Amino acid sequence: MKKSRRNFLKVAGISALGIGAIPALKAVAVAESQSAPHAIEMKRKDALIAKRWGMVIDTRKLTDEIADEIVKTCRYAHNIPDFHNKPDRKKYPNLKPVKFNQEIKWIWEEKYEHAFPDKENEFLAEKFRKLTFLVTCNQCKYPPCVQACPTQATFKRPDGIVMIDFHRCIGCRFCMAACPFGSRSFNFRDPRPFIEKIDPDYPTRTRGVVEKCDFCAERLAKGKLPACAEVSKGAIIVGDLDDPDSEIRKLINANFTIRRKQELGTDPSVYYIM
Amino acid sequence: MNKNAIITGLVVFIIAALLPFWINLGGTEAAPKPEISARAKAAGRCILDKYDMRADHMKLLGEWRNSVVRHSNRLYKTADGKIFTMSLSTGVQSCLGCHEGKAKFCDKCHNYAAVTPYCWECHTDPKEINQ
Repeated sequence: MKKSRRNFLKVAGISALGIGAIPALKAVAVAESQSAPHAIEMKRKDALIAKRWGMVIDTRKLTDEIADEIVKTCRYAHNIPDFHNKPDRKKYPNLKPVKFNQEIKWIWEEKYEHAFPDKENEFLAEKFRKLTFLVTCNQCKYPPCVQACPTQATFKRPDGIVMIDFHRCIGCRFCMAACPFGSRSFNFRDPRPFIEKIDPDYPTRTRGVVEKCDFCAERLAKGKLPACAEVSKGAIIVGDLDDPDSEIRKLINANFTIRRKQELGTDPSVYYIM
Repeated sequence: MNKNAIITGLVVFIIAALLPFWINLGGTEAAPKPEISARAKAAGRCILDKYDMRADHMKLLGEWRNSVVRHSNRLYKTADGKIFTMSLSTGVQSCLGCHEGKAKFCDKCHNYAAVTPYCWECHTDPKEINQ
């Protein structure tokens, strides 16, 4: 078919009009879909929100008793197994023997030289050597675990919390290799037999997934502070690092703080007041 | 000679091919009816209509999972204005909050359909777990 210049220009003109009308059509379509009733997913009104969650651990207020209480509370609140627990043989008759070199921990006690290996001077104030530090996931601003995860099971929320989607974790453990803080634990076996009392408000994990501290995202969503902060008697304070008027920013302003391995550039969100 | 062999072979083949159908003839069970708890009956309607729930509850749960974990939205307001907690088992507004007893509700159909969803490897039925 031979096309005349006149016909070609006609078709081209109509096409240009059509393309120009797309935004108008889209606006109409959106207006229509908004007018029909549809389900909404939303947050609770009392949910705690922040631009970037962070934590301050005040080592001046931290005693061994408080630290023990914090670790224990976290363990119960998140159904974390303890392989030293004696499992119920009637309920779980065919359990393989326990290997005690495996452990699962979200927040735990550590000595100065292990918490801050890069800051361990030859001579150091004696009180720091003896002091019990609490270490946990640092909710890094640039989390290497998130980069390492091949399935995007580990991801960073817009509010700075580094989360694991347990459903999606394939158990490759790349994140554990990537984390410079050893904050992640792997479930080499079904953890349920070794949980003393299962809290039905939080799921357990299954064999083959990695777990770590999730900053009590499930509690923040209900308007509660993280479990560790709640029982810490002021030794753990959480808040918004991006808000200059928040309590933790004021604390960081007023006191000398250090962070773990900050030279690695992951930008941890957990500060220690010395 | 050949004819006999072919006919025997055909008969054997037809019998072998139809055997599974004959065996199952009359031996099948009727699909079980999940037990609807009093609470669920009182509520009348689930999140979607009955038939949509039956067909698509797994898709809905998948959406809920992404919403809760990825976007930290934990409440679901249906088109007719009811509010649910997007959770399998925590609280009265969750799935098990209404459909009490997963053995009578979830497991009944799943067992019949021979599907083994792995929800309960991590999630817990608050009524069963500490017994």
